[in-house]
Amino acid sequence: MKRYVIIGNSTAAIHAVEGIRSLDKEGTILLVSDETHFTYGRPLISYYLYGKTDEEHMKYRPSDWYEVNGVQTKLGVRAEKIDAKEKTVTLSTGETVGYDKLLVATGSRPFVPPMEGLDRVEQSYSFMTMDDALRIERDFVKTDNVLVIGAGLIGLKCVEGILSRVNSVTAVDMADRILPSILDEEGSRIVQTYLEGLGVKFCLSDSAVKFESNSATMKSGKTLSFDKLVLAVGVRANIELVKEAGGACERGICCNEKQETSLADVYAAGDCAISHDITAGVDRVLALLPNAAFQGRTAGVNMAGGDVSFDQAIPMNAMGLFGLHMMTAGVYEGEVYKEHKDGNYKKLFCQDGVLKGFILIGDVSRAGIYTSLIRNRTPLCEVDFDLLKTRPQLAAFSKTYRRENFTKEV
Amino acid sequence: MKRIYVEEKWCLGCHLCEYECAFANSGMTDMVKALKGKTIHPKIRVEDGKNVHFAVNCRHCKDAICVNSCIAGALSRSESGVVEIDRNKCVGCFTCVLVCPYGAVMPDGDGHVAQKCELCTKNLCGEPNCVAHCPNRAIVYEERD
Repeated sequence: MKRYVIIGNSTAAIHAVEGIRSLDKEGTILLVSDETHFTYGRPLISYYLYGKTDEEHMKYRPSDWYEVNGVQTKLGVRAEKIDAKEKTVTLSTGETVGYDKLLVATGSRPFVPPMEGLDRVEQSYSFMTMDDALRIERDFVKTDNVLVIGAGLIGLKCVEGILSRVNSVTAVDMADRILPSILDEEGSRIVQTYLEGLGVKFCLSDSAVKFESNSATMKSGKTLSFDKLVLAVGVRANIELVKEAGGACERGICCNEKQETSLADVYAAGDCAISHDITAGVDRVLALLPNAAFQGRTAGVNMAGGDVSFDQAIPMNAMGLFGLHMMTAGVYEGEVYKEHKDGNYKKLFCQDGVLKGFILIGDVSRAGIYTSLIRNRTPLCEVDFDLLKTRPQLAAFSKTYRRENFTKEV
Repeated sequence: MKRIYVEEKWCLGCHLCEYECAFANSGMTDMVKALKGKTIHPKIRVEDGKNVHFAVNCRHCKDAICVNSCIAGALSRSESGVVEIDRNKCVGCFTCVLVCPYGAVMPDGDGHVAQKCELCTKNLCGEPNCVAHCPNRAIVYEERD
């Protein structure tokens, strides 16, 4: 009987368990996590503050999921050391547990760049975990002026969550525009204008150089005062366990298409692991929930003796802010098709005869048809791209494609 | 499992399936009262191409990318194989819309949560209403490989 140990309790870990159980109903599964919560949808923390869900509905799986899947949990326990030779993991409780197959799904943590005086700020928050959301819910009050450092995905989802709970929110970013990792300049402007219309303030092309307990001195010389500070600058992958055990790591844990690390019988998946981004053609961390799910599933199946690969990793984001939806995928390189009318913004990027990326703001309907063209690297000569440009539709695909997909099981 | 299959050569492009879908999911028993004067938000949509018409709805994929991608665990596959959505768990992020290769998951009428075909398992019909009322048998509900 195999002994599986899983470090982590979020998306990659859960999908790995399901992958294991798809082949192995007998092996023992021990899941260790330093978080005490039942597995929850991590990106839901902003929706929690926004009032769109509650703790019960945030559960990522039904309440009996651990039992049904024969998972022994150690929650609130940290894995401190992997001994890849002895095949053991040392826990914060002092225990040492042995494994036949180990998954490292340790995710990432907020990255806080060194900033002078940060330790003088008493009311400082990050926005990554349920506990962070609960602290914000508990502490933030109507009269608060909040300064959010970082106008990327995490920072702006936090802004959405807290705006109606406080007096004012100002988001700061070193970049000259918001959401620089997923939008182009024009797209950033559209979303920024929308958010400013709702009362969000921005301070761009600027950064905090020094903090006092309730104010930040900016590089520009400006002083921004605040009651509460949220740090959403970025994240760092939790690679230390594997690195210290001698496993190959870059900015994330290196792994192959089977999610194997360089250590025998040690797998990695999720935000701590590196993916091969097929659109950019580079290895990098793609900290996206679906990617964690695909990698976790792949790891689990392989840990249980299966043989599957995940080789379709692409950056993609579905992002909504106060009812304005945007979807993006791939890389923004190559020939551009652009539409900007009736409040909807669309850009498609084609290169080497395939769709490489897109940005949609406003009308995002059927975006998955575009995403699948990118993921499958479908040659555009096989579809009626002129038709597809205007609207994602299956009429632009061949009769054969439709027969394969509509008249058979898929 | 039994699934819905679409034969485009028989589709007239009448869009009746869209109305039958909206009616089936209205919770009402009178079609006129359910639909008259209202904008419908069906879970099945007919595409009208240059010389072709066909209905598109959820394929209930065996390894459904929407289920794997859902950030809330709101999409799941039932024991019988139906890809279902729990409206109470859905937060309307629409990651499912971003990943469905068929464009078969969409925001519901209010735009707050996602909706998709659940084969009329959750409404009064019990069996797909679009199939029952397709005038030319272009949509069928059966077991296939």
